[in-house]
Amino acid sequence: MQTPVNYLARKHWKQTGTIVLIGSIYLLSSWILKFDGVGGIAAIPKAFSWLGVNFKPTANSVHFLPSIWQKLIGTVMLAIASTVVASLIAILVAILGSKVTGGSSLVQTIVRGIASFFRNIPLVAWAMILLFSFKQSDFTGFLALLLMSVGYLIRAFMEIIEDEASETMLALKATGASYFQVIFQAVLPQIMPSLISWILYMIENNVRDATLVGILTGTGIGFVFDIYYKSFRFDAAGMTVLSIIIVVIALEVLSNQIRKVIL
Amino acid sequence: MISNSDDRLVMQPKSPQPRKIKLRNPSLSRYMIIGVITSLLLITGYTLTHLNSANVRVGEAFRGLMMTLNQMFLQPSAGSDGMVVLLQALGISLLLSIMTTVIGAVVGFVLAVMASKNLTNAWLGSSIRIFMAVIRAIPTIIWVLIFSIVCGLGTNAAVLGLSFHSIAYLTKAYSESIEEIDQSTIEALKVTGSKFWVIVFQAIWPTIIASLVSWTFIRLEINFANAVAVGAAAGAGGIGYQLFVASGMSFDFHEVGMIVYLIIAVTILLEFIAVKLRKAYIAK
Repeated sequence: MQTPVNYLARKHWKQTGTIVLIGSIYLLSSWILKFDGVGGIAAIPKAFSWLGVNFKPTANSVHFLPSIWQKLIGTVMLAIASTVVASLIAILVAILGSKVTGGSSLVQTIVRGIASFFRNIPLVAWAMILLFSFKQSDFTGFLALLLMSVGYLIRAFMEIIEDEASETMLALKATGASYFQVIFQAVLPQIMPSLISWILYMIENNVRDATLVGILTGTGIGFVFDIYYKSFRFDAAGMTVLSIIIVVIALEVLSNQIRKVIL
Repeated sequence: MISNSDDRLVMQPKSPQPRKIKLRNPSLSRYMIIGVITSLLLITGYTLTHLNSANVRVGEAFRGLMMTLNQMFLQPSAGSDGMVVLLQALGISLLLSIMTTVIGAVVGFVLAVMASKNLTNAWLGSSIRIFMAVIRAIPTIIWVLIFSIVCGLGTNAAVLGLSFHSIAYLTKAYSESIEEIDQSTIEALKVTGSKFWVIVFQAIWPTIIASLVSWTFIRLEINFANAVAVGAAAGAGGIGYQLFVASGMSFDFHEVGMIVYLIIAVTILLEFIAVKLRKAYIAK
């Protein structure tokens, strides 16, 4: 029988164990990685004061603003385009692969495998492979983001269909509706709000990832930042970061407003 | 008395056609969905038609891509570095992601407690939330580059940059789960005169432990992907750097294939552990 004393003692040991485990993970990995914890913490205020001094927008950096914004808007549009194309592909595949609407279990397994495969190949690998074939063009960034998003969206859409659409679908099936009637009249309208919510989330994510892809493949806003950063024009680099912050937060606020209305 | 007159019992239809049943209710939500879809499609159409692909011959590029993919996935090999070096680099990336997740989880939890609307005063909470939103808006790679100026390229910059983003992400995730807690649980403990941190560890921690674990593991998966990316784009070491060298400098796509397979193995392992853990905590 579990007495209160027993229970408290066990809880005490559990808590101590958790703290020891977390502490030892931290110490072990900082020893292997040669991470200097004290120096690291000291670097944070240094980094911020450095940011304050060097990234401060100056009169000079305002000249860079038009070219930065042109690239940034281009990048956002590229991120949107890649997400939309990816979600069009993903919704088709997700309908084929979900447990509710999908084909045989063989098809489902194949779809799950493909989605997991695309999702887990790192973005860096996609960017570098595509850079080799497609050279330094917007197309490279577009395809890298597209291939990455497809994997995530297939998984998300399949889960949405399984969670939300199964009852509506059964109701419509009971009336004798055909497969395509069920898909277009029950499944798609039912999942549309969650679908859009996910697409908006993916767009936000892709705008951030586009910076990484840009640094690697020399396109879009990432390239602009990389050039300023590597040529020590930190006021312009700071301007770029500031513009990215504004755009990302604006997108987040906008999509939260849209979510409030549709969900 | 029952009247027999027909015109009272049998209603004649007023119009030959029965009134149409309304299939959809017009609502703000519906208009919004249509509006969002239309604008997204328009932007996509515009972007795709104005894509800068003047110097790319798409057909040829796709043939090249197929050849590269064939080399990668069908003939992977450890290349000039050898398997030992690759496995070591993989271990470093994995360790980097675990460590930054631990830092992010610990600091993030403390900040989340201070930022949740149902625990602290509004002023402190909203200032933390706004600060975290700004940190989250800056991509991880840029954080690492900023820190690498102060501490030099290498592990320190990578750990700090990745931790920063993790802290901001987990603070938001944790504080959202804390805000879902029933207010009465907190009030019941407040009535007994418990101190603030007693409430946190006796009421809040046990209530949200399941979502805490699942968010932390989601972040671990993200951090592993970020650790790879940071290694490639900021030269911070690990498997990402090997990937960058193999694909961007020595063009050894057999090795790229091997590295990608190794990374996929780790991510699938992480996903597997996350699913198992989530099931274990939900079963409790």
